[in-house]
Amino acid sequence: MNRTPYKNTITVASKKAILLFLLCVITSTINAQANMLIEKVSQKLALVNDYTATGIMKTDVAFIKASLGKVKVYFKKPNQLKIKKEGGISLLPKGGVSVSLNSLLNTKQFVAMESGKQLFKGKELQVIKLIPTDDALDWVISTLWIDPATALVYKTFTTTKENGTYEVTMEYGAHAQYGLPSKIIFGFNTKDYKLPSGITLEFGEEEPVSKAKALKAKKGTIEITYSNYSINNGVSNTMF
Amino acid sequence: MWKLISVELYKIYKRPRTYIAFGAIAALIVVIQLGLKIDGESYSGFLMKDINDTLSIEGKILNGYLICYILLQLLLVHVPLLVALIAADMISGEANLGTLRLIFTTPYSRTQWVMAKFVAASTYTILLLIWLAFLALFVSIWIFGTDDLFLMKSNYVVLITEGDVMWRYVGAFVFAAFALMTVTSLGFLMSSLANNSIGPIVGTMSAIVFLTILSTLNIPLFSLIKPYLFTTHMNNWKEFFDLQVNADNEAIKGSILNIAKIKNSLIVLTLHIILFVGASVLIVKKKDILS
Repeated sequence: MNRTPYKNTITVASKKAILLFLLCVITSTINAQANMLIEKVSQKLALVNDYTATGIMKTDVAFIKASLGKVKVYFKKPNQLKIKKEGGISLLPKGGVSVSLNSLLNTKQFVAMESGKQLFKGKELQVIKLIPTDDALDWVISTLWIDPATALVYKTFTTTKENGTYEVTMEYGAHAQYGLPSKIIFGFNTKDYKLPSGITLEFGEEEPVSKAKALKAKKGTIEITYSNYSINNGVSNTMF
Repeated sequence: MWKLISVELYKIYKRPRTYIAFGAIAALIVVIQLGLKIDGESYSGFLMKDINDTLSIEGKILNGYLICYILLQLLLVHVPLLVALIAADMISGEANLGTLRLIFTTPYSRTQWVMAKFVAASTYTILLLIWLAFLALFVSIWIFGTDDLFLMKSNYVVLITEGDVMWRYVGAFVFAAFALMTVTSLGFLMSSLANNSIGPIVGTMSAIVFLTILSTLNIPLFSLIKPYLFTTHMNNWKEFFDLQVNADNEAIKGSILNIAKIKNSLIVLTLHIILFVGASVLIVKKKDILS
């Protein structure tokens, strides 16, 4: 009579242990898959030691009126990246450029977790979240949308400690085998812009800002369309 | 007619007060340029505080084009007062000295004399503007160099590429010439009403200050009369430095946001010039010379 409850207790404990074990196995398998995919992406990026590229930069921030500008992009391993406008004044998201794919992955100081699959521009992409293991890193969490078949990252969403969140969307073309995009769009949050009329000396010229415009003012994008890559031909350190 | 204009120009040339305006403009510009050369970075840092929170900006923000824009913003409000010094003295000064009776006894008509005086005063105004343009634009370019023009307005920022800037300054200075000619004609009108120099000069200055205040106040009652005040239109040279954007919020090179506003302002200013000069001619023609 007394053996039955004891037997039941054992059974419940065993079931819990088995469930926990299975959960651990599944989680580690999922994490292993995530790590494998990240590794594939890293291997593709590792093919490029340095590159220079020319491109056209478009700034779309509600409170900025700027025309298209030619830019030159310099990259050198592990994560040195510089975008220079060919003459003239350049506007770039603060800190956003430094949070590149290379700077995220080359540190290897993160834990990768699979977070399901999502459709993005007709492609089924693997969503992987990266959590840094080093407190000194600038970013807090990053989500990557990766095509498992080609190991190309199509979108990243990164939250930084100092400079808010950045959404980077990429399109690929001729240099996809190196993991280099043909078009990159930096999306970032913007703060309100307002200068007193006493400083700008624009008295009696204020126009009411529409609600839609005010809402749009919170988001900005900078889009670079690359036209020419020069890969692994050496880039001087003085460029950075 | 050219002979009369030459005579009037010679009178302006020989008058010491002519050079006060040139000296004042030179002194002001040099002081501002010196201040911006020494401490311009902190000034631009203060202006760009909001933008720097979001964007990192690379390039020569404080270049000759921006310095010129800052100088024009500050000076084109005050230059009319300097223009009044000469324009408002053109007829009344002669009346005060008693030479008006003398010149009107020459074979030339009163209208010819008045028009010659107006052309001479306008020439002085244009020369003052050229002097301002030389110091504010070319000397600033020489000191600070050139780059894109990064303009910070109250609600937005305009980035005009370097190659798209110079023609805008030409347009702005031509517009400013119309604005200052309106002041010249107002001074001229005041001058035709008085027989001493001080009254028209102070009167012109007072009218400019008074009308400028009305133009800048955002009170609905004044909004009704604002479009008809020449002071409302005098500052529209700034419209040359605003760009149109397309549906993708991409600025269109070589465009002007509100060209209709510029045209409208030029029409209003021209009508004021015609009105003031026409009134001056009528007043002088009927004037009883008692001095």
